[in-house]
Amino acid sequence: MEFGEIVSVLLQGAVVTIQIVAMALPLAVLMAFSFGLIRLYAPTPFKQIAIVYIEFFRGTSALIQLYWIYFVLPFFGITIDAMTAAVVALGLNIGAYGTEVVRGAIQSVPKGQYEASIALNFTSSQRLWRIIMPQALVNMIPPFGNLAIELVKATSLVSLITIGDLTFKAKMLADTTLQVGEIFGVVLLFYFVMAQFLVFFIRRLETHLSKGLGRGGLHS
Amino acid sequence: MNGFHWDWAFTWEVFPMILTAAKVTLLATLLGSIFAIVMGLVFALLRRSNSRTLRISIYWVVEFIRSTPLLVQIFFLYYVMPEFGISMSPLATGVFALGLHYGAYLSEVFRSGIDGIEKGQWEAARALNLTIVDTYKDIVLPQAIRPMIPATGNYIIAMFKETPQLSAITLLEMLQMAKIIGSENFRYLEPFTLVGILYLVFSLLAAYGIHQVERRFPKEGFSLK
Repeated sequence: MEFGEIVSVLLQGAVVTIQIVAMALPLAVLMAFSFGLIRLYAPTPFKQIAIVYIEFFRGTSALIQLYWIYFVLPFFGITIDAMTAAVVALGLNIGAYGTEVVRGAIQSVPKGQYEASIALNFTSSQRLWRIIMPQALVNMIPPFGNLAIELVKATSLVSLITIGDLTFKAKMLADTTLQVGEIFGVVLLFYFVMAQFLVFFIRRLETHLSKGLGRGGLHS
Repeated sequence: MNGFHWDWAFTWEVFPMILTAAKVTLLATLLGSIFAIVMGLVFALLRRSNSRTLRISIYWVVEFIRSTPLLVQIFFLYYVMPEFGISMSPLATGVFALGLHYGAYLSEVFRSGIDGIEKGQWEAARALNLTIVDTYKDIVLPQAIRPMIPATGNYIIAMFKETPQLSAITLLEMLQMAKIIGSENFRYLEPFTLVGILYLVFSLLAAYGIHQVERRFPKEGFSLK
């Protein structure tokens, strides 16, 4: 097979990989914020539910979560297609790690900010969304960026439940053409480029968000 | 669908098989961590070399390994290395891949641990005319190890949780065993759930163990002799 053909098949796979990232990332962010805030502010029973979710998804392996959702849920009468299983498993997994990012960033906002906002008689929701969160967000960006890269890497697991992502296409091509060196080399390069693109984007975002905070940011 | 109910008899039947496979998982993790620690130290020390070219190339090697998926690296080692005349068993490939991948992560831990040692310590070692080897062995590493323990431990737990990916190159670890049992009996519920629970138990135990190691470790450092 010619090199150009190989690259074009792999590009199709890369599109699927990017689609999965694009769907799982919002889910992960949603889970991270909701359970991160529940973990911090909700009444105890809700907190405990959050802890169970976080510990379960961080304590077991992502691949097993994926298999469990894909192979075991049908036994409970819930049949979902491979793509949904992939997005749900990866989103919940990365989201569980994200809760700790949200929690850590909120807790790292200096205590004086809370005290000042209480002194100025802000309501508790104004305090959270107008004072604490804008500052916490800047702190969240770098660790969330790392998680986004982890997500891109984790999408390779979906190839094992037969989704035609980049890794799946590579494995398929390797089995049929035996040109393993070029194929896996190109695939590694593709993932690397995606990660570098994320790194670049995250730095821009960080610079943008840290404007007006009086701390300059890393790259401004 | 024989579905929803949990079959205890079947659970007890497959439990010993999964425990046997757990030994392979733990062996891969153990050997992988040893290799990762060695690789991490090598990368970290090379990052401090005097040659700028070497420093920059190691930076990109580490960056490349860290930002590409372990699964693809496993495939690469398993399928491409034989082209260069290096054929390895699934276990050896797994240990090599895990070690390289997490060695890249650990190099950053070790690097910041070494950077955390005060400048005065280096200067004092220099003033006492210690060799580079002695400086690292007797002065720097003994002080740097304790702060490195939590992060190193977390990466080893993370590595443990990535060992199921080795099932993709037919290593008979826990997940592969569960998959085989599942496809032979058409029941995935019990084997997969058991494996999940075992992972949870092992990682919680390991987290506790690492905390204990860190607590017992003398704050003032210790002699490597």
